[in-house]
Amino acid sequence: MPAPIRLRELIRTIRTARTQAEEREMIQKECAAIRSSFREEDNTYRCRNVAKLLYMHMLGYPAHFGQLECLKLIASQKFTDKRIGYLGAMLLLDERQDVHLLMTNCIKNDLNHSTQYVQGLALCTLGCMGSSEMCRDLAGEVEKLLKTSNSYLRKKAALCAVHVIRKVPELMEMFLPATKNLLSEKNHGVLHTSVVLLTEMCERSPDMLSHFRKLVPQLVRILKNLIMSGYSPEHDVSGISDPFLQVRILRLLRILGKGDDDSSEAMNDILAQVATNTETSKNVGNAILYETVLTIMDIKSESGLRVLAINILGRFLLNNDKNIRYVALTSLLKTVQTDHNAVQRHRSTIVDCLKDLDVSIKRRAMELSFALVNGNNIRGMMKELLYFLDSCDPDFKADCASGIFLAAEKYAPSKRWHIDTIMRVLTTAGSYVRDDSVPNLIQLITNSVEMHAYTVQRLYKALLDDISQQPLVQVASWCIGEYGDLLVSGQCEEEEPIQVSEDEVLDVLEGLLVSNLSTPVTRGYSLTAIMKLSTRFSSLNRIKKVVSIYGSSIDVELQQRAVEYNALFKKYDHMRPALLERMPIMEKTATNGPSETVQTNGETDSTILDTKHLPSISQPASQANDLLDLLGGNDVVPIIQTTVPTKPASAGGELLDLLGDLSLTGGPTPTPASSVPMSQPPFLLDGLTSQPLFNDIAAVIPPMTAYNKNGLIIEFTFERSNPNPNIAVITIHATNSTEADMTEFVFQAAVPKTFQLQLLSPSSNVVPAFNQGSVTQVIRVLNPQKQQLRMRIKLTYTHKGSPVQDLAEVNNFPPQSWQ
Amino acid sequence: MMHFLLLFSRQGKLRLQKWFLPLPERERKKIVKDMTTMVLARKPRTCNFLHWKDLKIVYKRYASLYFCCALENQDNELMALETLHRYVELLDKYFGNVCELDIIFNFEKAYFILDELLMGGEIQETSKLSIVKSIEASDMLQETEQKRRSEHPSSSEIIQNTTCF
Repeated sequence: MPAPIRLRELIRTIRTARTQAEEREMIQKECAAIRSSFREEDNTYRCRNVAKLLYMHMLGYPAHFGQLECLKLIASQKFTDKRIGYLGAMLLLDERQDVHLLMTNCIKNDLNHSTQYVQGLALCTLGCMGSSEMCRDLAGEVEKLLKTSNSYLRKKAALCAVHVIRKVPELMEMFLPATKNLLSEKNHGVLHTSVVLLTEMCERSPDMLSHFRKLVPQLVRILKNLIMSGYSPEHDVSGISDPFLQVRILRLLRILGKGDDDSSEAMNDILAQVATNTETSKNVGNAILYETVLTIMDIKSESGLRVLAINILGRFLLNNDKNIRYVALTSLLKTVQTDHNAVQRHRSTIVDCLKDLDVSIKRRAMELSFALVNGNNIRGMMKELLYFLDSCDPDFKADCASGIFLAAEKYAPSKRWHIDTIMRVLTTAGSYVRDDSVPNLIQLITNSVEMHAYTVQRLYKALLDDISQQPLVQVASWCIGEYGDLLVSGQCEEEEPIQVSEDEVLDVLEGLLVSNLSTPVTRGYSLTAIMKLSTRFSSLNRIKKVVSIYGSSIDVELQQRAVEYNALFKKYDHMRPALLERMPIMEKTATNGPSETVQTNGETDSTILDTKHLPSISQPASQANDLLDLLGGNDVVPIIQTTVPTKPASAGGELLDLLGDLSLTGGPTPTPASSVPMSQPPFLLDGLTSQPLFNDIAAVIPPMTAYNKNGLIIEFTFERSNPNPNIAVITIHATNSTEADMTEFVFQAAVPKTFQLQLLSPSSNVVPAFNQGSVTQVIRVLNPQKQQLRMRIKLTYTHKGSPVQDLAEVNNFPPQSWQ
Repeated sequence: MMHFLLLFSRQGKLRLQKWFLPLPERERKKIVKDMTTMVLARKPRTCNFLHWKDLKIVYKRYASLYFCCALENQDNELMALETLHRYVELLDKYFGNVCELDIIFNFEKAYFILDELLMGGEIQETSKLSIVKSIEASDMLQETEQKRRSEHPSSSEIIQNTTCF
């Protein structure tokens, strides 16, 4: 069999291949030859074949069949074989292969070889890819070599020990004795690797850390010698003596000085010296300064030193070298929390970096700029950041927009400025704004009451320009729905009011509904906005038409809404004004609480409800007291009463819930039972979901007449709330058979202490004469102990000009209502 | 600690790969592909640092070769540039005006030199002279071994041209 071709020959041949297929063919041929050579156990050329295999492996071809051959090479006596064998082992055999453990014995023998270069090979292989088992087996040998006087081996043993500790941290103790005089070495290689070893030990174990703190003076001395010593050709790099060692020592000093006053004090001088004396014309000097700055910032340095460090970073920012600018921005980001004022001084330079061409630098500058924004510089910074938002790459826009919103929220100098900033972001980067910012913005706008007219006007104008950016469109349509009346009335104090008619506004909103650019979520927003305008505008017919058209929309969400709104026009028209009232001021519990305003199904209306309090709870404390006086008993619990909606704030409560309910639960056509859908005041109904009650068929409980006097009849009808059987829902129907209306009708009720009662708003406060209509009101009674239901009611109304007041006790509740 | 060191050409062909962490073959291939794509896409006058997963990638172009390494968060990037430069200097000293072809045809030598400079992702020797001496001594050891075994000992052949393989 002819000798296998030489490695260089093979490389040359393969490089002549013109196509991938040709190369593959050559490789396959050679692999076959190599395989047969391996089978023949050819010792002479094994080395050559494995070398060729390694080359082919680098080209990307499989070479696993050479793994065992590498082991055989390692076991050979020839140095050439060992060299290639260990190289092959490092490339082909890592701890995931089963055969790698077979290396252990060979390595053990080679660690004790007579030739230091063989020992070196073994140490190198163990230190690069030794598995935990191998490390455990061979740690003793490594430890022995750590104590040798041969510096070539000592430095390798030190790094091998580092690897062993990384793989098997428990073995750290074992190397402790050998570290005793590592730092007294003269050889730089040993010094460097020793410092690495000490660093690794200190990072992993607080005990080691405190043990090695005593080395600080020695380290300081070594560093000092390096700086003060004359030119040493062997270790010189651009005029600096052994920068690699200097940097490692600085890093170890950082770890030792952190949190420790004495150590930090001991190294103060040398740090100042390095910081001021290092030559900064080349990269290597700046590398040392960089490490020094990191160390100064981490230890307990005195303030003068810290200022020096920040100034160095400031100088870095002005450096022409991009790498240095990048590194400066990264470091400033780390220190901006602790040394905020010092970093502020360099704010203008940092802001200039926003205009840099390098993407990495721009990103760092952006992050740092956001960290530097505060109440004083907000206006200037925002100008720069908005300019940046305009011109930056799309990958940045989402982060930048979110950052701007956050900063604006925290430090906005005025509401108008805040709204303007939001508008600017929405119009320039509207499509990159995160989805969760839309509800945040809506809430912000709602809470700036005096800016409503201005806001809606600006948003309207923006919509006229461009309807492609969904977040902008969503916020705009929500605002138009809410504040459309301000828009057409032309009352804007902040800027010139625009003249716009109701039809124009409806045109725009309808345009959104039909546009291809609008997402389903946006369409939902605009349909709801159109609906809301039915109470603010006078062109009801047009709105009714739009709403009914979408009752047969293919989009289920739109269809559902349209059907419900239709129902509002028909059956529940009396509720419509109250339902579509202005939104109340919302209380925000967290600054950017995404959890609070998470969209459930693209519906902001329902989620906004969750974040607000029900204001009506705190309301009628005085009335409750009256009741107590009136009913005279201690066993009566004062009830929370809600009045007829005269103030938006209180009415907002459950009526909005109603609106939310309708959308959330997708209430289908309401049942004939004229009970009102439930709302969710937090205090009573932990168990109750938003399931509207008209879905509960509880016809089993018969209605009863609770009061019948002077022509006023009050009937109670019952329902059980499905999720919580302890709650009985009673709807009262008050009818008036006299010839005069009963106006200012107020119904109050009280229950024994073991019950809890909640009274919702009545449908109206006029009971029409001749039984022409009725006033309905819902009472919810929580009866956890299933006691017999009793109630005292108080009625007040005006009849024929004179006020009437009456008390009664209701005891004839059907048993099913409380059992 | 350095996680890996790669050398690849302008066309994305791998010339050297040194891994300091155990990773499966498939993942190594993926990383090589990611690195070549990312680094080759960089514009000429941008900085030499990138972010990739939680590592800092430092790369430098020397003639037709890209030297690319991955560092952990607490490592000094500027110093990594110096390390890469030191490696290039060593190669240059060894091969004499090193070019990509030298590394292609003598890749095993490039590995041997690297193994004298780095171990386990850390620098093991800061003196150029010391490393060059060690490599020369190892090569000499190899050569004397060959001479002893071969029938016709040749004396004046340069290391680059004579290997038993």
